[in-house]
Amino acid sequence: MSDVAKDQAAIAARVKALESILIEQGLMTTAMVDRTAEIDENEVGPQLGAKVVARAWVDPEFRRRLLENATEACRELGIGGLQGENMAVLEDTDEVHHAIVCTLCSCYPWAVLGLPPNWYKEPAYRARMVREPRRVLADEFGYAVPERTEIRVWDSSSEMRYWVLPRRPAGTEGWSEEQLAALVTRDSMIGVGSVRAPS
Amino acid sequence: MNGVLDLGGTDGFGPVDHVAEEPPFRAEWEKSAVAMFFPVFRAGWLGIDEFRHGVERMDPVDYLTSPYYNHWVHTMEHYGRARGFLDPAELDRRTQHYLEHPDAPLPAHEPRQELVDFVDAVVFEGAGATRPTDKQPRFSAGDAVRTKSVAPFGHTRLARYVRGKTGEVLAHRGSFVYPDAAGNGLGENPEHVYTVKFDARELWGDDYADRNSSVCFDVWDPYIEHVGEAGGTTA
Repeated sequence: MSDVAKDQAAIAARVKALESILIEQGLMTTAMVDRTAEIDENEVGPQLGAKVVARAWVDPEFRRRLLENATEACRELGIGGLQGENMAVLEDTDEVHHAIVCTLCSCYPWAVLGLPPNWYKEPAYRARMVREPRRVLADEFGYAVPERTEIRVWDSSSEMRYWVLPRRPAGTEGWSEEQLAALVTRDSMIGVGSVRAPS
Repeated sequence: MNGVLDLGGTDGFGPVDHVAEEPPFRAEWEKSAVAMFFPVFRAGWLGIDEFRHGVERMDPVDYLTSPYYNHWVHTMEHYGRARGFLDPAELDRRTQHYLEHPDAPLPAHEPRQELVDFVDAVVFEGAGATRPTDKQPRFSAGDAVRTKSVAPFGHTRLARYVRGKTGEVLAHRGSFVYPDAAGNGLGENPEHVYTVKFDARELWGDDYADRNSSVCFDVWDPYIEHVGEAGGTTA
């Protein structure tokens, strides 16, 4: 057995031991585990953020409210909750490109993007994104930002949860919100990638 | 604390392992580890700031090399033991049992709908950290401020790479639980939170900063002073 598999087996046994104690203490049930997994796998994920972005692209009044108070604007669409109690949306323009990171742990706007991807929580991204964002975006994500555009990296050090409103791609005039939402990627709302090209 | 968790600006980690699509859970135990947050939070084993500080107190090598959700397991176990909710010998005995018998069943129990409802309530209604305070905000957008140059023990959100640096307040965010109190078992002690923008040259020096870039970092009121005031001790 490899070290990694041994580690995994050891952790799995520890977790099961903890879970068994919590069950006997009347604090936890396997139904809670099933419900949590169902939420994280199917209900709360980047499809929610994409819906908000698409609405902002077609509705200037909504976009204004979203930039003014993201938490309240998302609530209009029934979106919000844990790790999204206090959100702020950052609008990309020709002058400024935004990206998010959490150098101290792994804070992330769960309510609109779901659980964070592993690379977001691992040391390399957290260490490098505040120090060499231009290089990280270009070399690690294949996302080159022109030098005339400021890169503004938001280190999520408080309970504010930031995320990015990417620019609407050209060639999507007249598209429906559903069509537009399908172009919005998780990475574009983190600020490390572009939206999908319209086809 | 000056821990390895405080990664901003650390060199040498190599490439980012970017994966375009991946499932939320890589192993079955991760589902239980994530779900376990709800019962221990509900039972008062720990709050969110303590949760983070428990992770921070992992052995630094384990911190950097463990699968991510093992950090969660570590902090929940830490507070369970420290506060007498868990019997360490019993936990070790059960761990050994499940290591030898990975397919051995969990104890039989009823589903208990109110516990599932608690998960839904927390996920969809949230558990926010805004708190009212009588304190007046000392700063407003446009102010030039300097972060204190201090190296506190215990939990803080003042990362090393922004200590003793000068920036501009972009926004006042309201008053929130103060992690330097709550994470160290000292109550919520709410403080105002601001976003401060630092030019990359201020953080890394002209020769090393990425061109035309900046970092926005949120600070609690006690972390900063107006430029010109005494900025704390030299760390």
